[in-house]
Amino acid sequence: MVQYDTVLIRYGELSTKGKNRKDFIARLFHNIKFMLKDHPSLEYTKTYDRIYIRLNGEDQDVIREKLKKVFGISSFSFTEKVSNDIQTIRATCIRIAQESDQNTFKVITKRHDKSYPMRSDEINRAVAGAILHNSDLKVDVHHPDLPIRIEVHSDCAYITSEKIPGAGGYPSGINGRVLLMLSGGIDSPVAAYELMKRGLFVEAVHFSSPPYTSEAAKQKVLTLAGMVSEYQGHMRVHVVNFTKLQLEIYKTAGDPYAVTLMRRMMFRLAQRIAENNRCLAIGTGESVGQVASQTLESIACINSVCTMPVFRPLICSDKIEIIEKARKIGTYETSILPYEDCCTIFDPKNPVTKPSIEKSEKYEARFDYEALIQEAIDSEEVVIVSAQSQKQDEDFL
Amino acid sequence: MRTYFDSASTSRIHPEVLKTYESLLQKYYVNSESLYDEGIEIFRMMEKARRAIAGLLGVNSEDILFTSGSSESNTSAIKGVCFANPTKKHIVTSCVEHSSILNCCRQMERVFGYRVTYLPVDHRGCVSLEAVRKAVCDDTAIVSLMWVNNEVGSINPIEEIAEYVRKHTGAYMHTDLTQAIGKVDVNLENVDLASISAHKLEGLKGSGILVKKVHVPFEPLINGGEQEAGLRGGTSNAVVNMVFAKTLRLALENGRKYHEHIRALKQQLIEGLTSIEGVEINSPDDGVVSTVNFSYEGIPSEVMQNALNRAGFMVSARSTCASRSDDPSYVLVAMGYSARRASCCIRVSLTYYNTMEEVHAFVDACKEIIRQYGSI
Repeated sequence: MVQYDTVLIRYGELSTKGKNRKDFIARLFHNIKFMLKDHPSLEYTKTYDRIYIRLNGEDQDVIREKLKKVFGISSFSFTEKVSNDIQTIRATCIRIAQESDQNTFKVITKRHDKSYPMRSDEINRAVAGAILHNSDLKVDVHHPDLPIRIEVHSDCAYITSEKIPGAGGYPSGINGRVLLMLSGGIDSPVAAYELMKRGLFVEAVHFSSPPYTSEAAKQKVLTLAGMVSEYQGHMRVHVVNFTKLQLEIYKTAGDPYAVTLMRRMMFRLAQRIAENNRCLAIGTGESVGQVASQTLESIACINSVCTMPVFRPLICSDKIEIIEKARKIGTYETSILPYEDCCTIFDPKNPVTKPSIEKSEKYEARFDYEALIQEAIDSEEVVIVSAQSQKQDEDFL
Repeated sequence: MRTYFDSASTSRIHPEVLKTYESLLQKYYVNSESLYDEGIEIFRMMEKARRAIAGLLGVNSEDILFTSGSSESNTSAIKGVCFANPTKKHIVTSCVEHSSILNCCRQMERVFGYRVTYLPVDHRGCVSLEAVRKAVCDDTAIVSLMWVNNEVGSINPIEEIAEYVRKHTGAYMHTDLTQAIGKVDVNLENVDLASISAHKLEGLKGSGILVKKVHVPFEPLINGGEQEAGLRGGTSNAVVNMVFAKTLRLALENGRKYHEHIRALKQQLIEGLTSIEGVEINSPDDGVVSTVNFSYEGIPSEVMQNALNRAGFMVSARSTCASRSDDPSYVLVAMGYSARRASCCIRVSLTYYNTMEEVHAFVDACKEIIRQYGSI
């Protein structure tokens, strides 16, 4: 394992963003520092197109895994900052080659300082020759196992091998706040990830129906929220008691329309909570056609109760693609734990797949749902979760 | 304030047991099989404990094998006896046994080609001597029946069944005492094997015994060294085994001392519950005093448990070892109750530190839950 002293971070789409660039970089810089806050000995330097972090002995592998979770980074590399004289450059490259367990290499030099006495190609050849003499590695210019990149600046040089892809997207929070409906299934945590990736700061609302849903089911949702919150630091989860509304809906509407009305009530509640919490949009993990409430007719009928934009990042994803992402972000195993959620609790036998707005309104006119919505909002419990809070009770380990 | 009404599932550790355990744990760490002074000392103490346990149960000390608890003891009893008597290929048990017996018997059928008779129970949850008499044949290796049922508290006539099996058949008699100790008097005179768990008796988890009388041929389930007379391998969990003696003594003493208190709690609980329209008691009148199993058919077990949890009560539905399954209780179904009623059961298990106030509060909570959610 080759040891380096610095991390070099390259920005993603930020580079194209003209006048907002400064804000973007500032946010990214802040987010990176937050992600790495448990490593106080790191030293940060911000330049026009890069962020450099001096490792000062911090564990390279830990830093690597954490940086992979910061949105807005297009790629990063571990690098060695050295003085720019050719002897030092050569010696460092030999050490990197010797410490690596690869078979082939290639040297790629870029001069930021064009007044440097050697041309890029001359540096390539000088360094490659030295590596050939001092190690067992062979040159492969097309598919090298170990590409050694040398960047020559006027006051120093950076020597880098691996280029690690970043999470991409925008720095978390730069594009505003959104309230995500979080169920505890496979889809909504993935939706949270996708929204965060585009720079949205996600809050969540969870509808629980005690005693029909258990405390364990609620804890599972908070665990999932804690897992995805790692990508933005923390997450506020609004837990709303949905039981009374749900019971009332079943009494007045009966089986086929129950799910449609439940979803309409959830969107009404979500919009209210979003407004109360400075969120400008609602997010869901819906995927068109997946279940009765996600047919196009259902989505249209349900969506008509709210005026806010509704973001559905998974709308065109296949289940198998969603599962793959859930596995990647680590939420899948928790999502499939067998706890009921409020949508499955009454398990309607014949849910309507083509509901109409008129019929929904007709049913809704039969009871005072406004009062129940208010009661549900008054019942709201706000839980703040983070990757840290997930680890709180792990001392015994 | 949370109320613990689930002592049939497991129990809190008795302060005296904990104190003894802590004081022994630091000091007695060497291997009880070691030949130096310290090892000999531990071995001697463990054997003292074994004698004390045997004395409390009216058996000989060489009849006591230390195990990890009743599930191991139950599995070992069945397999140990069957494997040591390979010419016999028949097992008799009942259809309301704990999962450690039922799943062991199913495995004996599936993997080893045994024939198993699962005896029915009557409306009280009890097996009859008559049924045992009809089922046992020359091919029967072992009869295994629980003394007290874990879900409803029925008491089986094990003494008379054991006497019959001993005197009139060639089979060995095993009984699961997990829910019986401290609740009913047990006479092991004609019993060949018996299982006990410490954690149901305010003792430690992962601790138990198998009573296996010396005349019973037995193959070990866990192979190893010469521990437990070569019948259960693995370095002895010496300190845990030592405190089993105190655990058992206290459980038997407290069982007698608090019998009337618990009986009064049970009576009050049943009166309160039956005053609620639609609530039905599933436990037999002549069951143990500590267990009350009831159903309200409008509310499935899981919903009722969630609601009671929110109201501060810890209870089970069916056996906790099967609590993650949605199926109706097989015990209640076997007793002749409908699948609906068997899907709506709640088990309250009382212990000596429960109070009358807790019982009243529980009945009130049930009333309120049924009022709110009973009509769906």
